[in-house]
Amino acid sequence: MRHIISILLENEPGALSRVVGLFSQRHYNIESLTVAPTEDRTLSRLTITTIGDDRKIEQITKHLNKLIDVVKLVDLTEGAHIERELMLVKVKAAGAQRAEIKRTTDIFRGQIVDVTSTVYSIQLTGTSDKLDSFLDAIGNSSVLEVARTGVTGISRGEKVLSL
Amino acid sequence: MELLSGGEMLIRALHDEGVELLFGYPGGAALHIYDAIFNQDKVEHILVRHEQAATHAADGYARATGRPGVVLVTSGPGATNAITGIATAFMDSIPMVVISGQVDSSLIGSDAFQETDMVGISRPIVKHSFMVQSAEDIPIIVKKAFYIATTGRPGPVVIDVPKDVTDPARKFEYRYPESVKMRSYSVPSKGHTGQIRKAVEILLSAKRPVIYAGGGVIQGNASDLLTRMARILGYPVTNTLMGLGAFPAPDKQFVGMLGMHGTYEANMAMHGSDVVLGIGVRFDDRVTNAVSKFCPGAKILHVDIDPASISKTVSADVPIVGSVTSVLEEMIELIRQSETQIDKKSLDMWWQQIEGWRAKDCLKVTDAGNDVIKPQQAVQAVYEATKGEAYVSSDVGQHQMFAAQYYHFNKPRRWINSGGLGTMGFGFPAAMGVQLAFPDAISVCITGEGSIQMCIQELATCLQYGLPVKIVCLNNQSLGMVKQWQDMQYGGRYSHSTYAESLPDFVKLVEAYGHVGIRVTKLSELSQKMEEAFALKNRLVFVDVYVDPSEHVYPMAIKGGSMKDMYLSKTERT
Ligand SMILES: Cc1ncc(C[n+]2csc(CCOP(=O)(O)OP(=O)(O)O)c2C)c(N)n1
Ligand SMILES: [Mg+2]
Repeated sequence: MRHIISILLENEPGALSRVVGLFSQRHYNIESLTVAPTEDRTLSRLTITTIGDDRKIEQITKHLNKLIDVVKLVDLTEGAHIERELMLVKVKAAGAQRAEIKRTTDIFRGQIVDVTSTVYSIQLTGTSDKLDSFLDAIGNSSVLEVARTGVTGISRGEKVLSL
Repeated sequence: MELLSGGEMLIRALHDEGVELLFGYPGGAALHIYDAIFNQDKVEHILVRHEQAATHAADGYARATGRPGVVLVTSGPGATNAITGIATAFMDSIPMVVISGQVDSSLIGSDAFQETDMVGISRPIVKHSFMVQSAEDIPIIVKKAFYIATTGRPGPVVIDVPKDVTDPARKFEYRYPESVKMRSYSVPSKGHTGQIRKAVEILLSAKRPVIYAGGGVIQGNASDLLTRMARILGYPVTNTLMGLGAFPAPDKQFVGMLGMHGTYEANMAMHGSDVVLGIGVRFDDRVTNAVSKFCPGAKILHVDIDPASISKTVSADVPIVGSVTSVLEEMIELIRQSETQIDKKSLDMWWQQIEGWRAKDCLKVTDAGNDVIKPQQAVQAVYEATKGEAYVSSDVGQHQMFAAQYYHFNKPRRWINSGGLGTMGFGFPAAMGVQLAFPDAISVCITGEGSIQMCIQELATCLQYGLPVKIVCLNNQSLGMVKQWQDMQYGGRYSHSTYAESLPDFVKLVEAYGHVGIRVTKLSELSQKMEEAFALKNRLVFVDVYVDPSEHVYPMAIKGGSMKDMYLSKTERT
């Protein structure tokens, strides 16, 4: 199963490499990874999506917790949560295609953020599934370039990940 | 307040941390630090002859004393030479602090002379690491390094120190912090009482219990508590390779080491048990054999300080995360209070069954004939000559397993061996570390002619510091353990495991280094020569014992089987 693990990490040099190193060292896979400082400059928030059975995910969270730079973590997929990913995609848009692509973009609540006579650059946010579906809808042959941020997330309700 | 340079701070902080000894080897990036060492007499520096030996010596010191071992090396090759020893300590959870010199901060990343990314290279084999950014941070970093290395599940910590940070011209106010708190690091102490209660009830209701205790009991200084609890219960106890000495081997309740080369009775008991209490163990693959066939009828109670060790390979029915001392104390108390009575009748029957297995006498040694020495007999001779009181380090191979099987450790911290990484070259430097920690004790390294050549240069260190280490080399003129596997799995094709024609004359070799060498080739002379060697209390003696090269280590687990699947000799299996 796919899990989204959010981590508060000491904002120290080398901290990120310890997390990433742990995944490669122990043959865990990283589907996506996002990281940026939080409102508290001494902490970074890192979100990793990974795939594994319960046993593997338990080992992953235990080993992450053992890293000295990891202050706190939560497996967002254990409860109700909001997940978002941002995608910028460049598609061929010439002639009759232009209207069709515009319509699809609207349906997915995306925005066309740059235009040339033959190309649209589209911005889209949502769950990874939604972004995948958009790409399917546009069709492989039209897609010129895709840049995705990877997933970030937060739990629903009162629960917070903070110190 | 005192003004000190970064180099001075480093050494002063070690002293304030209670460090008496450090093992190291100088070089460019570490020279400011070495100058700071020269100008003081509180922390003693031992000059080894290879950085790998510095880490193993510090490791041996740590295993024997329970105090952290400390290492100082220079950048680049000094740092990389230390890697094997850091990995060895990491695998066996040994507290160690390794200080490595680094090129000037301004040169980092420029492929400068003797630059290597030590923090990066060591990352997967350390508990944590630091790169010092400014000299003012040295006291708090040293404090944190020792705190992390010695608490929880111990392990090595690296401090990488750029040369400019130790500049003698730049002085700073020095104050050593009394304590340290880290928001991101907490040490588990007490186990969950509800879980412990549950474990105790299961343990007391057991019909065929086994207590399986490992290195964590030694690291956690819980051998006395373990022994006390085992005596109250009257249950059989087995130790892992790392746990030998956690429970006294001569005790009737001890069924021997378990695992790949464990005793028949220990492995049979594990397989037939209905309750296994694992304490300070990690269900290593060298113990369990095929995990899917492991202890089919047993409930697993697992106590360890590291949550990640629990249910990693074998799922625990009752997991308990906590320090072994606190958990054992609580267990003993709960056993006393519990209304559940031990089922004496079942326990008696269980012991009868175990005695039946024990009667097989799987470690019996039969003379080879022709005055040929069996390697097991050499270990027995060491045991007798030292009256079981020695600190015994070993290298890796057949001799290591024979030492584990035939030297009966009755105290913790006496058996010093690289269990997790299996590092040839570990034994001799580790024995030096032990000897420095306990100058009056017997420190003996049981080694092979293969392993000893991986750190033989330390003979010079022993001469310099007058370390009367005893080296007993079970010379089978081959990489015996490799050869054994080639016998058993590769049709006796000895691919690169023999070299009899090119072995050095070890007696002459150690004499060249200023020590005493004794060669033993006949069984009839073995015990007398061994006594002679150990009688030379103030000299390093190398006893080169020519042993039967065809001998195999048995019992030996049959790969892919359960714990009860063993070869018992070249011709017999379970
Ligand atoms: C550094 C290192 N290299 C290789 C090995 C693999 N290995 C394990 S045992 C062994 C043979 C050891 O020979 P020796 O020290 O003579 O011991 P013996 O088995 O003959 O008693 C080897 C090569 C190892 N454990 N460590
Ligand atoms: Mg050998």
